[in-house]
Amino acid sequence: MTADTVKVDFRGMLGRFELDAQFEVPARGVTALFGPSGCGKTTLIRCIAGLNHMAGFCSVAGDTWQDDKHFRAPHQRPIGYVFQEANLFPHLSVRRNLMYGHPRTTAGNAIGFDEVTALLGIDKLLERSPRHLSGGERQRVAIGRALLSQPKLLLMDEPLSALDQMTKDEILPYLERLHEILQLPILYISHDMAEVERLADQLVLMRSGRVVAAGPLRDLQADLSLPLALSRDAAVSLDAVVVAQDAVDGMATLAVAGGEFLVPSEPLRVGDHRRLRVEAGDVSLARERPSRSTIVNMLPVRILSIRSQADHRITALLGLGPDGTGARLLSRVTERSWKELDLEPGQDVFAQVKGVALVRREEPTA
Amino acid sequence: MNLSSDIWQPVRLTLELAALTTVVLLIVGTPIAWWLARSKRWWKEIIAALVAIPLVLPPTVLGFYLLVALGPNGAGGVLAPLWGARTLAFTFPGLVIGSVLFSMPFVVQPIRNAFEAMGEKPMEAAATLRASPWRAFWTVAVPLASPGFLTGAILGFAHTVGEFGVVLMIGGNIPGKTQVLSVAIYDYVENAQWTEASVLALGMVAFAFCVILTMMLIEKKMVRAAS
Repeated sequence: MTADTVKVDFRGMLGRFELDAQFEVPARGVTALFGPSGCGKTTLIRCIAGLNHMAGFCSVAGDTWQDDKHFRAPHQRPIGYVFQEANLFPHLSVRRNLMYGHPRTTAGNAIGFDEVTALLGIDKLLERSPRHLSGGERQRVAIGRALLSQPKLLLMDEPLSALDQMTKDEILPYLERLHEILQLPILYISHDMAEVERLADQLVLMRSGRVVAAGPLRDLQADLSLPLALSRDAAVSLDAVVVAQDAVDGMATLAVAGGEFLVPSEPLRVGDHRRLRVEAGDVSLARERPSRSTIVNMLPVRILSIRSQADHRITALLGLGPDGTGARLLSRVTERSWKELDLEPGQDVFAQVKGVALVRREEPTA
Repeated sequence: MNLSSDIWQPVRLTLELAALTTVVLLIVGTPIAWWLARSKRWWKEIIAALVAIPLVLPPTVLGFYLLVALGPNGAGGVLAPLWGARTLAFTFPGLVIGSVLFSMPFVVQPIRNAFEAMGEKPMEAAATLRASPWRAFWTVAVPLASPGFLTGAILGFAHTVGEFGVVLMIGGNIPGKTQVLSVAIYDYVENAQWTEASVLALGMVAFAFCVILTMMLIEKKMVRAAS
């Protein structure tokens, strides 16, 4: 079980902050550490890196970095660490920053210099000083520097938080490509759900030094016992495969478990895997299939469970397909319309989906 | 101008003393500065205060204790026989020991400040890139703190050149052995050799001016690099 997972268990005090965090996630893909500021995300990731010395256990892909008896110093852990601020060495050129952690022996280097600089678009900056880079360029160099140290685990501490929205949009595609091309597990700290929905496969939810829940992103998003599903901008992520592309009206048909969505999009290749995002607020319910509507996506669903909220809203968990065994959707409706339609868990109804967003390419195996 | 020929003797001796003292101070002072900058122990400021004492102590007081310590009845009486001498007082090695202690704060403080200004982050970045603490120190900390090292070296050198009280107490005034510049000037004045005294004094003024100017230029460069 632990051979291909990242397993973490830390309990202790750091100053006056108490951390009590355990989780185990697959050692592949992106795991997002998500929670409000000050909940201990950075402390936890620093413990994993060994930068904070706290009693606990940490193993990555079967290799134990820390347990009751042993503590590996940070430089003895095969990590890559991308700090919030790029933290480049100001006295070294971009090239020498990139090469700082690069093993001298070329054997066994999975990640090559030319490959990384091309992937991150920094191949034109190599002879510059970090002082003369923009914030986005600096962060890209920092990511490249971490990758070239040939890590077994990449730790990213809100690498985009110090950047403005435009620079974020400039870097996100690089992060997505990273994820597609490299078989490298990534622990990614964020307090921005949009970032998480775009990048993460697994999610670790944190609150006041504790792990509230950990698991696949789409499972946690659709878990009505967690605050995530009840928030105002609650949404689910769906793995979809392109089954048709209509060139005339610019609509693609994407199949998910138990249903199909029509999504306006640029031409997509049939067979491609994509992630769809459906917000709970964009899903309304109907007892019968509406005959004429501008809403193109109307899918049979079964109401699986519900949760009432303080603001007179009801969040319903829906299973796609006639028997409700397909992918999960969330719907956020008012108590009033819920009662008017006389809805109840177990009923088969129709979900009208007003908006579906294409988020990113998805690995076929996911 | 009719100068006595031995005017260069104290100059050479002073430069030798200052250079040797600076080298010793960089070797001894760097680990102390590193420890003072990084340690979280509560009593580190006590050590810092001990290092800084020569800043406010009258040189004659330090010189007095050193005279006792270096003399035949102190540590000097144990060390000096190793190379056949009787005492470290009134010798060149004694002068070096005194100068090292007396100029210590001028070297340790700038280096400590530079290490502190650098912060933990560059060292942490180096550690996450597989650099051992030793490698990180030489490839990251030392280059980043280099203005501090330069300032410390210049101040330590200049301060050793200008010291008088400690030297007089523990070195005395033996031409060619312990008679340094400042003592020589004093000596020339005592003997009414005004020409010799004023040549040396003017040289010292020029030297001091150059030191201060260099320091200011380094500081300016540091500010620019930090922004």
